[in-house]
Amino acid sequence: MAQIAVIAKENYPLYIRSTPMENELKFHYMVHTSLDVVDEKISAMGKALVDQRELYLGLLYPTEDYKVYGYVTNSKVKFVMVVDSSNTALRDNEIRSMFRKLHNSYTDVMCNPFYNPGDRIQSRAFDNMVTSMMIQVC
Amino acid sequence: MEGLTLSDAEQKYYSDLFSYCDIESTKKVVVNGRVLELFRAAQLPNDVVLQIMELCGATRLGYFGRSQFYIALKLVAVAQSGFPLRVESINTVKDLPLPRFVASKNEQESRLAASYSSDSESQGSYSGVIPPPPGRGQVKKGSISHDTVQSRASAEQQESASPIVSPQQSPPTSPHTWRKHNRHSSGGNSERPLAGPGPFWSPFGEAQPGSSAGDAVWSGHSPPPPQENWVSFADTPPTSTLLTMHPASVQDQTTVRTVASATTANEIRRQSSSYDDPWKITDEQRQYYINQFKTIQPDLNGFIPGSAAKEFFTKSKLPILELSHIWELSDFDKDGALTLDEFCAAFHLVVARKNGYDLPEKLPESLMPKLIDLEDAADVGDQPGEVGYPGSPAEAPPSKSPSMPSLNQTWPELNQSSEQWETFSERSSSSQTLTQFDSNIAPADPDTAIVHPVPIRMTPSKIHMQEMELKRTGSDHTNPTSPLLVKPSDLSEENKINSAVKFASGNTVADGYSSSDSFTSDPEQIGSNVTRQRSHSGTSPDNTAPPPPPPRPQPSHSRSSSLDMNRTFAVTTGQQQAGVVAHPPAVPPRPQPSQAPGPVVHRPVDADGLITHTSTSPQQIPEQPNFADFSQFEVFAASNVNEEQDDDAEKHAEVLPVEKASDPASSLRGAKTDSKTEEKTAASAPANVSKGTTPLAPPPKPVRRRLKSEDELRPDVDEHTQKTGVLAAVLAAQPSIPRSAGKDKKAIQASIRRNKETNTVLARLNSELQQQLKDVLEERISLEVQLEQLRPFSHL
Repeated sequence: MAQIAVIAKENYPLYIRSTPMENELKFHYMVHTSLDVVDEKISAMGKALVDQRELYLGLLYPTEDYKVYGYVTNSKVKFVMVVDSSNTALRDNEIRSMFRKLHNSYTDVMCNPFYNPGDRIQSRAFDNMVTSMMIQVC
Repeated sequence: MEGLTLSDAEQKYYSDLFSYCDIESTKKVVVNGRVLELFRAAQLPNDVVLQIMELCGATRLGYFGRSQFYIALKLVAVAQSGFPLRVESINTVKDLPLPRFVASKNEQESRLAASYSSDSESQGSYSGVIPPPPGRGQVKKGSISHDTVQSRASAEQQESASPIVSPQQSPPTSPHTWRKHNRHSSGGNSERPLAGPGPFWSPFGEAQPGSSAGDAVWSGHSPPPPQENWVSFADTPPTSTLLTMHPASVQDQTTVRTVASATTANEIRRQSSSYDDPWKITDEQRQYYINQFKTIQPDLNGFIPGSAAKEFFTKSKLPILELSHIWELSDFDKDGALTLDEFCAAFHLVVARKNGYDLPEKLPESLMPKLIDLEDAADVGDQPGEVGYPGSPAEAPPSKSPSMPSLNQTWPELNQSSEQWETFSERSSSSQTLTQFDSNIAPADPDTAIVHPVPIRMTPSKIHMQEMELKRTGSDHTNPTSPLLVKPSDLSEENKINSAVKFASGNTVADGYSSSDSFTSDPEQIGSNVTRQRSHSGTSPDNTAPPPPPPRPQPSHSRSSSLDMNRTFAVTTGQQQAGVVAHPPAVPPRPQPSQAPGPVVHRPVDADGLITHTSTSPQQIPEQPNFADFSQFEVFAASNVNEEQDDDAEKHAEVLPVEKASDPASSLRGAKTDSKTEEKTAASAPANVSKGTTPLAPPPKPVRRRLKSEDELRPDVDEHTQKTGVLAAVLAAQPSIPRSAGKDKKAIQASIRRNKETNTVLARLNSELQQQLKDVLEERISLEVQLEQLRPFSHL
């Protein structure tokens, strides 16, 4: 099980996708709660210059069922990833690489002149990338 | 709407009429005035007209939608044929001739009627007027409805008929049609500076006679074989709703024609209806695209910025979502701008989409940007994409993001694409800079590669390495360096180090213990390891400096309180080497059997060797000096204590992780062997001197010990003096025993008394050490707990 969400600067979702489709609501809630942790981390680290702040936030919080990882871009767009706790084979660096991939695909979406920032992400390429990533995780 | 089935000719004709009436170019609703005019031109009585309007539902709806219009036209035809006007008659009347509209103003309409009627399907009686090619007649903005796929297919069949002939006869028309396409893509906006409506008409007038001959040929032309193949293309029906699909008929027909021409040409060549064919850009098309490009960007080698491209393609009236997808497909280097190739690909996709082709998920090969000089467009059309991009980017859907060339193991083909990227140097330099940022982070991904910890040289490391290599039997050579890794420059390195250190601990486990010896035998190295390991395996960013070792409960142990670790380290730096060298042979056999099963049993229990190493190692520093004290009391006492300690160690081994048991044992072993006791003896020299001279007289053990100590006491003067003192005591004790036996009982009693004193002293020492051991264990446990608490935050 894995879920991936892209959240805009104003904390509304741009893209939410989860593999077990029936848990959408629970996943939405998880992402929502994790936003608080993300903000906390941003503000904690943000005392220094933004440049020094690292984009990868790491494990935001673990629960018994799942682990939530966060990543924030310099434009305050957040990526949140929820993975099963039973998926112990998933290393931290794999999560990092997945976030990098997400960031790249997000940048590609942004580069599309037909995409208005703030719209939901409907890019097929982005979807494909997320699908492939979820397959890799699960 | 009623199920209206139109023949292809009717379809075409109706759509043309619709576009004719669609003055406002809404493509949905025709102006009533025009419709009425049309109906009047149909020369039907007014009441019939009204009836028609009512039947088609226009009066109900209040406007003429496309369906209504078509129904109305059909009804006009029905009426003109003399059939009663009924709703059912729309479909029931077969072979209905096309509705005739006496065009007072539009001779073209009649021409249209004639042209369509000359088609094979409806063999009307209107072949009198020489019909112009249908493309010609599409001056008006028309749109082909997609109500029926078959009609479109047959429309394409018509078109397929024409291209075989028309390109020969009417080459001048295609640019005009392309211009019309342009006009349509602009949605009729007059802002497009392209050819205005004026030039449209004149060429038509000119070209018409020229094409008439061709048309005559065309009209007599039987449906060509590729017609059937067109059906297969039609099998990819437009899935979008009517609302979204309102391509300009000109585009439709002309592009269909040109695509068809290309396709039929290809099919004639290949006899295949492969999917790639529709995506090929013909020369004409490419020329047209180039011209379009020039209007936006005069420099053919330059870029079209995203905003301009967005404006341009928005005029095609495709939905934004599809335009976005087209952009994704065509912006190959993801730089937000279109080169000429990308622009042509995008344009072609737009055209194809308007013709009803579904957009592909990946960019077709024939549309891949090529590095051919685009001035000679002749080459381009013929090269279907074998130009170096054999679809490898097409293999992986995420290949659109070439910024991950080296990272991801699952996409090895991207390496190829990264090579391809290099060929785009003149264009994609920006993309390369865009993609560079990943490679900076790439090296810090050790999980995908073998862990290669970067060894940092520190002064004790050599000694440590030597020790490790000596003591370990066939252990991994990476281990010695791993605990010595410094520089947590970034968290990934830290993780790497953690994993590497874990490797080390794992390996030490695997080695079955000798590594623990090496850990424990070197206090300063362990201290340094501790400091560094603490800085790494810790966890929160707050651990910038290694925490000082926990304060030892020293009051009971004067000896240990006198310990100065720095002094210990400083003193024993030089000694390590020599002592270590001789260490392996000096390991006494006795404690080993007791120790060996212990750790092996408990090793699996301990999952976190790292922590125990780090946590036990600080304890070794004070303990070892304490153990070093044993050496001062000679082996007899040492052996006694060792036995007790062994027991204790074994008892504790059940409670503690193995290293802890091993450490006292090994340090015991170290106590037995001089090499370990060297530094301890040196450290505790001042303390021990006061006590060290108690004579001990165990006959067998001191003998052995003396031999060993003699062998190994080379470098350290202090030790030597101590040892000699001990030895002297031993030696003194030894001959005293036989002498006492020989002399009188006083000597024996004196020796017995001395022994008892020694026993009591040693017993006290033993108890004190045990107490200290317990305290240290408790400290260790508390540290472990703290570490566990800090662990969840270690990934921050």
